[in-house]
Amino acid sequence: MSSYRIHGATGEWEVVIGLEVHAQVVSNAKLFSGAATEFGAEPNQQVSLVDAAMPGMLPVLNEECVRQAVRTGMALNAQINAWSRFDRKNYFYPDLPQGYQISQLYHPIVGEGVIEVLLDDKDESTAKQIGIERIHLEQDAGKMLHDQHPSYSYVDLNRSGVALMEIVSKPDMRSPEEAGAYVRKLRSILRYVGSCDGNMEQGSMRADVNVSVRKPGQPFGTRTETKNVNSVRFIMAAIEYEANRQVEVLEEGGTVVQETRLFDPDKGETRSLRSKEEAHDYRYFPDPDLLPVELSDAFLDECRETLPELPDAKRHRYEQELGLSAYNASVLTADVTTARWFEELLAATGKAGPEIGKAASNWVISDLFGALNRLGRDITDSPVSPKQGADLLGLVADGTLSGTLAKQVFEIMLETGQDPGRIVEERGLKQTSDTGAIDKVIAEIMAANEDKVAEYRGGKDKLFGFFVGQTMKAMAGKANPQVVNELLKKALG
Amino acid sequence: MSNLTDLSIAAIRDGVRDGSFTAREVAEGFIANVEKGRSLNAYVVETPEHALAAADAADQARTSDDLKPLSGVPIGMKDLFATKGVQTTAGSNMLGGFKPVYESTVSRKLWDAGAGMLGKLNMDEFAMGSSNETSAYGPVISPWRRNDGGNAPLAPGGSSGGSASAVAARLCPGATGTDTGGSIRQPAAFVGISGIKPTYGRCSRWGVVAFASSLDQAGPMARDVRDCAIMLEAMSGFDPKDSTSLDMPVPNWEAALSSDIRGKRIGIPREYRIDGIPEEIGRVWDEGIERMRDAGAEIVEVSLPHTKYALPTYYIIAPAEASSNLARYDGVRYGLRGTSDGGIDGMYQATRHDGFGSEVKRRIMIGTYVLSAGFYDAYFNQAQKVRALIARDFERVFNEVDLILTPTAPSAAFALGDKSSDPLAMYLNDVFAVPASLAGLPAMSVPAGLDGQGLPLGLQLIGRPFDEQGVLNAGLALEERSGFTHRPKAWW
Repeated sequence: MSSYRIHGATGEWEVVIGLEVHAQVVSNAKLFSGAATEFGAEPNQQVSLVDAAMPGMLPVLNEECVRQAVRTGMALNAQINAWSRFDRKNYFYPDLPQGYQISQLYHPIVGEGVIEVLLDDKDESTAKQIGIERIHLEQDAGKMLHDQHPSYSYVDLNRSGVALMEIVSKPDMRSPEEAGAYVRKLRSILRYVGSCDGNMEQGSMRADVNVSVRKPGQPFGTRTETKNVNSVRFIMAAIEYEANRQVEVLEEGGTVVQETRLFDPDKGETRSLRSKEEAHDYRYFPDPDLLPVELSDAFLDECRETLPELPDAKRHRYEQELGLSAYNASVLTADVTTARWFEELLAATGKAGPEIGKAASNWVISDLFGALNRLGRDITDSPVSPKQGADLLGLVADGTLSGTLAKQVFEIMLETGQDPGRIVEERGLKQTSDTGAIDKVIAEIMAANEDKVAEYRGGKDKLFGFFVGQTMKAMAGKANPQVVNELLKKALG
Repeated sequence: MSNLTDLSIAAIRDGVRDGSFTAREVAEGFIANVEKGRSLNAYVVETPEHALAAADAADQARTSDDLKPLSGVPIGMKDLFATKGVQTTAGSNMLGGFKPVYESTVSRKLWDAGAGMLGKLNMDEFAMGSSNETSAYGPVISPWRRNDGGNAPLAPGGSSGGSASAVAARLCPGATGTDTGGSIRQPAAFVGISGIKPTYGRCSRWGVVAFASSLDQAGPMARDVRDCAIMLEAMSGFDPKDSTSLDMPVPNWEAALSSDIRGKRIGIPREYRIDGIPEEIGRVWDEGIERMRDAGAEIVEVSLPHTKYALPTYYIIAPAEASSNLARYDGVRYGLRGTSDGGIDGMYQATRHDGFGSEVKRRIMIGTYVLSAGFYDAYFNQAQKVRALIARDFERVFNEVDLILTPTAPSAAFALGDKSSDPLAMYLNDVFAVPASLAGLPAMSVPAGLDGQGLPLGLQLIGRPFDEQGVLNAGLALEERSGFTHRPKAWW
């Protein structure tokens, strides 16, 4: 489907991409200890004896983290492994107090699944299935601080032991855009499920990017792995750079070395960190401090029952039940907070189906998003509540406000936070359908523009808009446009 | 009142309750013995203030009729258990001066039961050894001497060598031990006392410095079977902080103690009759068999065909787990930090070079090797499979018999230095102990007689999972019929 190609001197090259996304699990406590997981605490303030690997300390699995991983797997239509196990991955580094990371190599908790991505929001035919290889649970490491002392490095163990889900894709992506769409979709699903906040700036989500190139139709080439890339933009840039670098190497007669690389966001390039020969021997083996994880049917049922409606299902429902365009449905369902806001708004209108869906979606996407964009705010701290939005839409629907008046009222709502009903009441912004008043204004306008009346009557239909504008202006925008239209038609004959 | 230190735990407990003597008198008697016995090198830290405080609390509790199961009983604590505010080193330079801010579950339970602590007991470094010679604090010396007139210092066994020596020499009436591949049973046998390793998971491992997590198990060492039952009751119980802890109620082992084993079927595994062990071991075993028969048990010859693979299996699995468990000793957060110009890797190397003794290094290297890429399947994975077969051997045999009787160790205590330069000979000392460890079964050593040189020999009873009661009862029957009253003559 993707026709993304790198045009080299020797012809076209196809790019093959797989991603390992590390997603921090939303939970109050760490994967194997009771320490807190909040972001932004002072260094080493969220460290238990277990996290600091004091002698004789033992891990105890946090069931909430298991629940989140299972729910995530279910949301990705993945195989849930009722029996899984933790392994130790052994290596020395000061940010790893135990000298091993507890992870799941041999028996991950979630097996194969699939994510559908749309390359174009407006077009279902651009859908592509990206395979999920597995999801496993593992501990995060601490953080090194190199800028605290001229000759020593410090370590902050707040992150040490925090639960991560490693979500491994199959090598199914073929362009930076597909990879970007995959990460955005994955992030969207995780946020719907509530298993990861998806906050890439705070490091709650980061990706190891596997890239190789090949001539179309040839077997996979040798891949490189670029570690810890922490934004969608950087992931796409890293792929683009790395793919072009590999093509260059190959076309100059060289070979791609299987290695770990780092992405430098300032220079927009990747560089070698360590080669396969320098790779650690992690000596994985089953962690003898932990029992295998066995999931009961009751637990699995509970996980399934707590899954929310997911973005794909929601998008289809918005199109079918609410009559939204593919684009509107896609925009409103991409992020769970938007969808929730939209649904609260719908509920507050007391109406259902296309009767309200179209108007509400258009208002949210053009008026509300426009305003939030201007204010530099997120929908979670919108100055207008869903209830207030619903009231505004209600005033338009019952003819109290015209479109123009509604925009005025909305601006005042943004500034003051007041309810639209009160604004209309206090400022007299109510639309009028008083035919007497409107007729009077029309008569005055026709009297003042006799030439134009004659032209109109002589066949210049376009002038109708002029009379509408003049009438609305004279009515200070408060006249019901439909009534104005009717009365004008009658008067102009 | 000097004979107070000859009393058993049960007698001390009862005497304090009855008012025959005070807990303070008992504590003072043992504190004096600890001081007199320093040449045995059993204690690495003495905590008389802890023992006296517990004793005073016991005497106070008596007046308010509020005595607990171990009120008035001072004990020794193996240095593998983290004790809050009291140096805990696991016998290693690596943890020199380390004072935990936490108390292990087992020691906490003992203090909660009213026991006091006389001090921390010497041990093989990180519990790796069978002679107590690998301790950074020097070897413990057994109170026993051969009757040949020589005075070669003998090993108390290991790794709970300090516990063994202290109990045998009356430097405490009972002590905690830990057993990974025989570290309670073998030293108990070497010094003529009793010791039980319960079913894996009975005692919490929380706060016990880890050697090999899937094998490590705490247990008591004391002068008789009843005292073991009393202590084990206080030490056992489910601990939510240890995922491998058994979530089962703790039976009243002492109350149900009975030497009536009529009708019990006792298995004698033919694979435990191995070549090259002293004839006296066989003789004491045969005497034990006769005593069990005499007590009304039915003796059944059984086969545990995978026994011969137990030792190599153990010496793959235990070092593999140890190599990972000991990775945390990196000099970054606590304990020793070596100095080096070589950056972080240099610091790691210096720390681990200086902090670990040679036996610990050997096991870390073995463990690293058996887990490494290309060798994992041949060694670690294979050993895991064999371990399952060994456990299955026991399972099958326990369909036919209630208990298994074997020698505890293939020899009596050896002299210090005899085996310390030959790791394989040293490892061979665990040959009878490791199968029960690999299968996680309760197993106990009770003294059964003396060899020709006047040194104690022990017999081992192995039971079904969770059947500590069966093991203790058979141990009591053996104890009664052996009439083992020998004790080392005080030379220290």
